[in-house]
Amino acid sequence: MIYLDNVAGTKPDQRVIDKMMPYFTEHYGNPSAHFYPIGREAFEAMEAARAEVADFIGAKPDNIVFTASGTESNNIALKGFLNHSANKGKHIIISEIEHFSVDTLVTKLISEGYEVTKLKVDNGGLVNPSDLENAIRKDTVLVSIQYVNPEIGTIQYTEKLGGICKSKGVTFHVDAIAAAGYVEIDVEKLNCDMLSIAAQNFYGPKGAAALYIREGVKLMGLMDGGFQEKGYRSGTENVPAIVGMGEACAIAKAEMAEYVPRLEKLQKKLWEGLGGMFDFLNFTGHETRRRPGHVSFWIEYIEGESLLMWLSLKGFACASGSACSSNILAEDEDDLVASSVLTAVGVPTDICAGSLGVSMSRYNTEEDIDKLLEVLPETVQKLCEMSPMYNRDK
Amino acid sequence: MAKGPYSEKVMDHFMNPRNMGEIDDANGVGEVGNPACGDVMKIFLKISDNNIVEDVKFKTFGCGAAIASSSMATELMIGKNIDELLQLTNDAIVDALGGLPPAKIHCSVMAEEAIEEALKDYFKSKGEDPAIVDEMKAKIKKDN
Repeated sequence: MIYLDNVAGTKPDQRVIDKMMPYFTEHYGNPSAHFYPIGREAFEAMEAARAEVADFIGAKPDNIVFTASGTESNNIALKGFLNHSANKGKHIIISEIEHFSVDTLVTKLISEGYEVTKLKVDNGGLVNPSDLENAIRKDTVLVSIQYVNPEIGTIQYTEKLGGICKSKGVTFHVDAIAAAGYVEIDVEKLNCDMLSIAAQNFYGPKGAAALYIREGVKLMGLMDGGFQEKGYRSGTENVPAIVGMGEACAIAKAEMAEYVPRLEKLQKKLWEGLGGMFDFLNFTGHETRRRPGHVSFWIEYIEGESLLMWLSLKGFACASGSACSSNILAEDEDDLVASSVLTAVGVPTDICAGSLGVSMSRYNTEEDIDKLLEVLPETVQKLCEMSPMYNRDK
Repeated sequence: MAKGPYSEKVMDHFMNPRNMGEIDDANGVGEVGNPACGDVMKIFLKISDNNIVEDVKFKTFGCGAAIASSSMATELMIGKNIDELLQLTNDAIVDALGGLPPAKIHCSVMAEEAIEEALKDYFKSKGEDPAIVDEMKAKIKKDN
């Protein structure tokens, strides 16, 4: 199988797994147990990982809180911050293409008296910085805008957005989950107060993620419990996964300069190959401000799930944002909803767009892309022949 | 290989759709769309003078379940008379497919509706009132 759904998660690096294993088998102590060796070993490994994570994003180890997933990091950042600063204001700003963990969270807060502004994006998926500037009010307490969108690959003008928040004194959270390992992250350059990353998105394991919290930013932990992670995230830390995350950060920091240009080359190859394939193939996202190795598009006349299924039968793992492919385990058809990201960038999702997201990893080769370019035309042709919409106007 | 969300029968009909295409001299054509997800299903019928389905073809714009439902529907329709066509429910299509995920049952409903629309078109082409299809359908429901 050729794996091209790396925004959903990457294959862990073997070096990461090797580093993790002893923390299952030998150093299995609880990192809060400091008075015998296996506890202390776990603690020291965790702190070494914290330093690697901090170094990877230009932060200090003290600013890193470990969590179990990107969703959890986003929840602790937003709810934890708002719970602590409830009296300062009731206005929150996000973009209209945020991940569920941000979008549904702030949407729920409306019933608690918060006002939410969801900034529009242009057809390339970009927030206009001047829109943010105009949206900030006296009672704005928090801005949360992702760095890279996983569905359409767009890289925001995060530095500028952060600069605006900084100058206006508004706390700025960045969901950098789809950016880590593909786009350089420096919390100082980005002018952010909080930032989320997750290990499984850049060759680390599932179950380890981090939240960066700038000094002076106060949060209230969401779970009652012990004093782990300074109380921001009570509960015994997942030491093996955290060790793996540290290693993933060290590897990404050392090797991005090698694999990112390679991914950009493959991206260009796929983009150009698709561009000449059908006149009814439409790219989504931004042409230049894209995550390396990320190509997304939609094809008229055909539907996304059918495309995904055929590609899977041919040995490719990709993603789609069509309604039909959204929630196959749902109990009700009303739970099948097209991606709001695609709708936001002007894709007519009401006509069941045949959308496809291809996100490469550093393991992908030129041969993988050649094969995809070879298989796609016949697959699309097959589905077009079946579609009553194809050739209807001709 | 891990089992997917669809039955083997669904996968078979998705990969090898039966009776896909159009009939140039069809005497009944039905098209239905699902406004929620945008699926479109079109059925072409060729009904003989003695009221038997001689030929049937389909075209579908939709997901795996929509394609499999239409393909299976056409298999169940061939050789049937009009009464039998009217008795062909979405449940029968789901059963023949070895089941569908709950969220995809509406695909089989679309297939049943497309058959109804094709029959209405057939009666219309014969100069009869297409409402007869609704009446017959209602009667069948009552009798069952």
